[in-house]
Amino acid sequence: MKLHLSPLARGLLACAAVLLVVGVADAALHHVFAQNPFGASKQAPAAEPEASGLIGWLLAKQSEFYRQMSSTIRAAKSDGSAVWTLLFISFAYGIFHAAGPGHGKAVIASYLVANRETARRGIALSFASALMQSLVAILIVGISAWILNATAKTMCRAEGAIEIASYALIALFGLRLVWVKGRTFIRALQATQPVPAVAGVPHEHHHHDAHDHHDHDHHHHDHHGHDHAHADHHHGHGHVHDAHCGHSHGPTPSELAGPGGWKRGFAAILTVGIRPCSGAILVLVFALAQGLFWAGIAATFLMGLGTAITVAAIAVIAVSAKDIAGRLSAGRDGGGALFMRGIELGAAALVLLFGAGLLLGYIAAERTTCF
Amino acid sequence: MRALLGLLLAATFTLVAGAASAHPHVWITATSELLYAEDGSITGVRHAWTFDDMFSAYAVQGLESKKKGAYTREELVPLAQTNVESLKEYAYFTFAKADGKKERFTEPVDYFLDYKDTVLTLHFTLPLKNPVKPKQLVLEVFDRSFFIDFQMAKDNPVKLVGAPSGCQMKLDRPSDGTATAQKLNEQTFMDGPNANFGMMFANKITVDCP
Repeated sequence: MKLHLSPLARGLLACAAVLLVVGVADAALHHVFAQNPFGASKQAPAAEPEASGLIGWLLAKQSEFYRQMSSTIRAAKSDGSAVWTLLFISFAYGIFHAAGPGHGKAVIASYLVANRETARRGIALSFASALMQSLVAILIVGISAWILNATAKTMCRAEGAIEIASYALIALFGLRLVWVKGRTFIRALQATQPVPAVAGVPHEHHHHDAHDHHDHDHHHHDHHGHDHAHADHHHGHGHVHDAHCGHSHGPTPSELAGPGGWKRGFAAILTVGIRPCSGAILVLVFALAQGLFWAGIAATFLMGLGTAITVAAIAVIAVSAKDIAGRLSAGRDGGGALFMRGIELGAAALVLLFGAGLLLGYIAAERTTCF
Repeated sequence: MRALLGLLLAATFTLVAGAASAHPHVWITATSELLYAEDGSITGVRHAWTFDDMFSAYAVQGLESKKKGAYTREELVPLAQTNVESLKEYAYFTFAKADGKKERFTEPVDYFLDYKDTVLTLHFTLPLKNPVKPKQLVLEVFDRSFFIDFQMAKDNPVKLVGAPSGCQMKLDRPSDGTATAQKLNEQTFMDGPNANFGMMFANKITVDCP
């Protein structure tokens, strides 16, 4: 029993640790450190909680870039070269703004960790979702403001509706992940107990269809006879299987490119990308009012590009952190696989928490303010 | 072990919840007048909020105007109406405390919008539900979700209209950490993570009367 409890605890701990890493990376791009609810009651009132350090600087930069946009667009009316300045500012704003509304980066990072995705795929997902965000913003403004000449009130309502839909999507997406990952976790849990009969169930069925198909025979059969951690255990012995199957629990990029790979990712792209950035919408409407809608569109795409770079960086950090956790746990008997499944379940739960929190208004930030 | 686990989870959740914190998309330069009755009690606040030009362009999108690029007060009536109605949900971003006790405002009166030099200014008066005559009045103007960045105007940000002689006004701007740190101590824990994020960006007006 002790053998079984200890890896569970370790799994949970690691799960919290990895999420902490994701959280820190994420927070660094915002300004969350400015407020520490748990520490606040103890701290002396000496600390100046804002506009200091890296976070304050990021915040200031972001506002600075954003506020330069309107004057630059204005300037572009008479001076074409100002468009280049606009593009640069938009790009920089995108980078500093990070994922913007919809908490794209957190959802993508959690999704990647939950689904054993590769860094390369994380980068692709980041770019695809940022592109979709840009397109949605352009469509909203293009249709409502440009074609229909709708008022801000109408536009803001549309934005609000999309916002709610996107939160619901995040929650649903998280729910599905938790369902799938929860089952995998329970199976891993059963596998660590001395009940060999259960171990025959292919544990990666849901997320590694391609994986299962192509090396099921020479990989999973072997290891499931024992338990998952033995897969990790074995690679030190120099197995005769192909390069990755002995030691990698994660699929390689080639496997992800296979059938179902992009379809799976599409859910993540849609979840993150459906919600446009309020900043982009404001810039687009402003550009439209100046008669330079195309400049607004270009700026929106550059913002998306900047955002994608930041999100991709966070995605890579999240995946790397998980890989390190995986390597650290790999040597341990019995606990390794459970440990990793625990991390995945934790990440899945995080997506669900996000969605629910946003939907129910517990996380009220980034809510579009219509007035 | 379990304690450590709990701590880690708590820290994670806090960070993650906080990570959702916002950044401003709208900038408002505000001036506020504190209105006093003859007996020296405070009856309300009159705000003039000037929006940044990006948001101003957004706000007038789709509005009819006789002259292109110019909007009269009459043409802006429906927008002003929408503004004050929508602001109710956010408590008008205005929070008053008389001797430490929260005071409520009733719905705005005398509201209208001006459009000048491509920016909109919203004027409105917030009457206090019950006029008060405190020793100390604290008025804060901020958006807790920090979608809007409020800054008090550089010149004459706060006026006391008809205040008894001897009343002293003090303004703490968001860049001044003193007001903030104190606030964080008193309230942050009570209100839970993230709830009062924008508090750090609050403009705090304190009026002490003898």
